[in-house]
Amino acid sequence: MSDTRSRSLAGDAWTDLRHNKIFWASGVLVALILLMAVVPSLFTSADPAVCTLANQNQGPSSTAWFGYDFQGCDVFARTVYGTRDSLEVGLLSTLLAGVLGLIVGMAAGWFGGVVDAVLSRLTDIMLGVPLLLAAVVFSGRLSSPFEDGVFAVTLTLGLLTWTAAARVMRSAVITAKSQDYVAAARMLGAGPARLVFRHVLPNSIASFIVVITILLGTNIAAEATLSYLGAGLGGDAISWGLQIAEARNYARIAASPLVWPSVFLAVTVLAFIMLGDAIRDAFDPKLR
Amino acid sequence: MSDVVLQTRSLVKHFKSRDGAVRAVDGVDLQLRRGETLGVVGESGCGKSTLAKLLVGLEKPTSGAIAVRGQDMVRLKGGDLRRARRNIQMVMQDPYTSLNPRMTVGDIIGEPFEIHSDVVPKGKRRQAVQDLLDTVGLNPDHAGRYPHQFSGGQRQRIGIARALALKPEILVCDEPVSALDVSIQAQVINLLERLQDDFGLSYIFIAHDLSVVRHIADRVAVMYLGKIVEQGHDVAIYDQPTHPYTQALISAVPVPDPRLRGRRDQIVLEGDVPSPADPPSGCRFRTRCWKSQHVCGEQEPVLQIRERSPHPSACHFAEVRRVR
Repeated sequence: MSDTRSRSLAGDAWTDLRHNKIFWASGVLVALILLMAVVPSLFTSADPAVCTLANQNQGPSSTAWFGYDFQGCDVFARTVYGTRDSLEVGLLSTLLAGVLGLIVGMAAGWFGGVVDAVLSRLTDIMLGVPLLLAAVVFSGRLSSPFEDGVFAVTLTLGLLTWTAAARVMRSAVITAKSQDYVAAARMLGAGPARLVFRHVLPNSIASFIVVITILLGTNIAAEATLSYLGAGLGGDAISWGLQIAEARNYARIAASPLVWPSVFLAVTVLAFIMLGDAIRDAFDPKLR
Repeated sequence: MSDVVLQTRSLVKHFKSRDGAVRAVDGVDLQLRRGETLGVVGESGCGKSTLAKLLVGLEKPTSGAIAVRGQDMVRLKGGDLRRARRNIQMVMQDPYTSLNPRMTVGDIIGEPFEIHSDVVPKGKRRQAVQDLLDTVGLNPDHAGRYPHQFSGGQRQRIGIARALALKPEILVCDEPVSALDVSIQAQVINLLERLQDDFGLSYIFIAHDLSVVRHIADRVAVMYLGKIVEQGHDVAIYDQPTHPYTQALISAVPVPDPRLRGRRDQIVLEGDVPSPADPPSGCRFRTRCWKSQHVCGEQEPVLQIRERSPHPSACHFAEVRRVR
């Protein structure tokens, strides 16, 4: 290693990830799921909106791999086409919750004092709000001008689920900012931006990443719950949550319309969690 | 005197707490000359580390002045303060927590150059980092490694290299070897001594290990409850201590000769160190002192040369007593 200057934490992390099988496996899965969300027609030629009641609850066949549901719709086609809305809601609401949690947690942890007191109490209050109840009210209010309700559900989930991430971030920042290496940098004359982004953030982000990847899974599932309760997606929307909600009532007659969207949901969540794990580990030099 | 590089005048640091103020440092006057090593000793909680933090600007003093080459560090602000800080750097106690685990060693040692971007031009920084690694006895090719890949002694060398990057005149060493194995302690001490000769550094060397201080220090200041109780050349302090606390401290140093066991002049102090939030009136050591008299509670003894103390001692009844 003669080129010492060009090495950085991100560069080293990438070198490490390139040899990580779990990273590749979960990365390929995530790429596949994203592709499915963007161009679902690549994966199925069937139209998810064309349903023939004559096919009601038919089992798997060469034309419909996962069979037909109660309405006579192709389960495979609907599952593939449902990826987009499920992922949109899951990713965007998690992104929103992540940004909010990161900002609130870092501000509370770094500034302490009054800022911490106000932000922490705000977090407590949000934590005390029952998620589903608030979401039903909130999302119902928002959804009227938007036909499919993706925006309303995303905003609702994002605004209600940032609390865990904020708390984890706050405590990690408090731990990191009292470390000697932060004092050493301060002594050298480092400004607050350098202290936060070079020293505190890299050393406090790990548990935040874990919380966020788990939140992605719970938010995709929460969309399903909201849709089931009638406060989520509606209109022409197709999503795993809606599919699961509809198939629940007929599970004993036909399991396939319930099982396959659930499997897709579980695999998606798992893929993102594994990807998050691999990335987090790669950014910890001690684990290399 | 022109070769005084660091001077403090009645330096005070009080920490607010629920029951009043904790007087961590309570009126400390120090002088450090060029190329000199001033050892500061005292037991845990006497204010040594707070003193170090005050000197390098990690804490703001409640009152008093810190002058580095005649410039008052307490009054400086902004760019002037940053420039002045270059002159006084610190080696921290714990080499395991003082290095950012997510930065390469090259980045850690190079960080001072990034903060003070006018010291070394961009293109030459990599070379400067490698030179620093070489200076402290580490392989320059290891700049791309991370702190956890080094041993405690090597990590402390990294910390020293970082402190040297800005070419300071003064290095505050806060217990720089107390976290290391004894065999490694000697190596680091020798490194510090070599660096002092090579770069004409002045050290404030804080430690609770009296034998380490005796080895490296030219002068010694003994601290008790936020105050300096005795100050003088190392020989004077170790061989002719005049303050009862210093005498007790020295008598507690273990002697590696079993034949002397039981024949030594051991002074065993009674009681605990009083709370720095509520120190005793007058002399702060009087509650544990065998010489204590009425006057000790009434009048605070000043640190000065006394009739029976050839060097400054803060005891009304200062008297040379050889302790072995």
